[in-house]
Amino acid sequence: MVPEVPAQPPAIQLEGVTVRYRVAKEVVSSIKEYAIRRLQGRIEHDELVALRGVSLSVAPGDRVGVIGPNGAGKSTMMKVIARVCRPTEGRVVVRGRVAPLLQLGIGFHSELSGRENVVLQGTLLGRSRAEMEARMEAIAGFAEIEGFLDAPVRTYSTGMGARLAFATATDVDPDVLLIDEMLAVGDERFVAKCHERMAGFRERGKTFFLVTHSLLQVEKTCHRAIWLLDGEVVADGEPGEVCERYREWARSGASAPRVQTAASLDA
Amino acid sequence: MTKDFRAPTDTSPDVPVYDSARLGTPFFSEAKALWEYRHLVRELIARDVTVRYKRSVLGVVWTMLNPLLNMVALTVVFSVILRQGIEHFPVYFLGGMLFWNFFAQSTGHAASLSIDAAETTRRIYVPRSVFVVAAVGVGLVNLVLSIVPLLLIVAVTGHPFHATWLFLPVAVLLGAMFCTGVGLVIFTLASRFVDVRETYMTLLTPWFFLTPIVYEPSLVPEQFRWLVRWNPMTYLVEVFRAPIYNGWLPGHNTLAFAVVVAIASLVLGWAFYASRIEEYGRGA
Repeated sequence: MVPEVPAQPPAIQLEGVTVRYRVAKEVVSSIKEYAIRRLQGRIEHDELVALRGVSLSVAPGDRVGVIGPNGAGKSTMMKVIARVCRPTEGRVVVRGRVAPLLQLGIGFHSELSGRENVVLQGTLLGRSRAEMEARMEAIAGFAEIEGFLDAPVRTYSTGMGARLAFATATDVDPDVLLIDEMLAVGDERFVAKCHERMAGFRERGKTFFLVTHSLLQVEKTCHRAIWLLDGEVVADGEPGEVCERYREWARSGASAPRVQTAASLDA
Repeated sequence: MTKDFRAPTDTSPDVPVYDSARLGTPFFSEAKALWEYRHLVRELIARDVTVRYKRSVLGVVWTMLNPLLNMVALTVVFSVILRQGIEHFPVYFLGGMLFWNFFAQSTGHAASLSIDAAETTRRIYVPRSVFVVAAVGVGLVNLVLSIVPLLLIVAVTGHPFHATWLFLPVAVLLGAMFCTGVGLVIFTLASRFVDVRETYMTLLTPWFFLTPIVYEPSLVPEQFRWLVRWNPMTYLVEVFRAPIYNGWLPGHNTLAFAVVVAIASLVLGWAFYASRIEEYGRGA
């Protein structure tokens, strides 16, 4: 008998998470027009529910892929976990250092040098200047731009910028990785390098939370798939199974079967 | 699988835990978040100051030249042509104008940064207030730099230097509080509407002329004086300019009013910003 290891608390927990937005019936983007309509009482809102009481629990080391059609609530779920958006109802708990690998190159400024951008980018991700300066060589090395660190980013090729962004964002020792679509960038050789780095995270037992349209990617990299539709979990379980059901549903174009499977893979 | 939430104490203390249920009221949780991200404020200020000086050939010189050129033009108009008879008008004017520039620049910059903030916070968590504080910080850097032309003008006009200059940090602190409050409101509105900066810039021009900067308050006809009296900038400008120009500390009433206005602006601006927090991150 293997002695029972005390269960670690989940890395990500959602309990009854509902996210509602108010959306104006007509988009009023001018403050002057808004003021006039407000005076006339002509501002009407629709309520949009992006997530409806979603509960789920992700154990440390789990690799979860979230799939579903556009508007299913995938990115809202990601936002709620990334702390970008507060749940209207319910509770979100994320334990550990989070590395959001989403939209690389946010805040890259073309007039600033690569070095300055790395520091700024790191600070946006909650790291300190000293920490980033200590990691500068390693980051530049991985991005293969050693000689260009002090040149402004506007002089970089698209590939160089993307490589630097990837190197900066993944130069962390996170517990939880939030991944939006795929982030392999650059030429084939660098893509291989990206995959290698991601595989390294997998081997070290990091928690993955991936939102994607690519079922193949979920089947390849995850050991749990969650299918979202209209802000609700339709299926949650083994990727092959969930993806197959999703494909069937997508082919038939019919409305989804509202069956909750609780077969998660932490057993 | 257990559904219950374990107490956060069962993880080691160095593991950060984000718990949406423990955030508390936005008014305080946002303040706490701002403090946690104070390093980002510094980096954003460094970025904007660096970019500004890299982009322009004149760079830092321009920051000093700009108020000087303004001063020359307005001195000609207001003291030579209109013969107001304000002694050492360039000093009087610059004393007020530097402070006004600080206000207009930092609040306007806060509006511009709302685009940056929207782009950044769509995917990454960063408390948005860092952008407003950074905007005021950039304004402060420029204000300090523009003290150089002021010193130059004081020396050239032969206006005496007063020990009351030492009071300036208090005036600047009050100004920064006021700017942050106004900046938070403009920033929050600009995050929602596209034409806020443009509209605000239009409003700044009449506001400027309602503030005694190119004229003395006594020049205002009695029936319009309430406009100047109800203008918070009147008091903040006076608190900044009196130690430079008059060589006295601002009067009790002026100072008291400036303090009230600064605190009220900061608290109300922050409350408005925090009240809109639920809307952030919603939508595409």
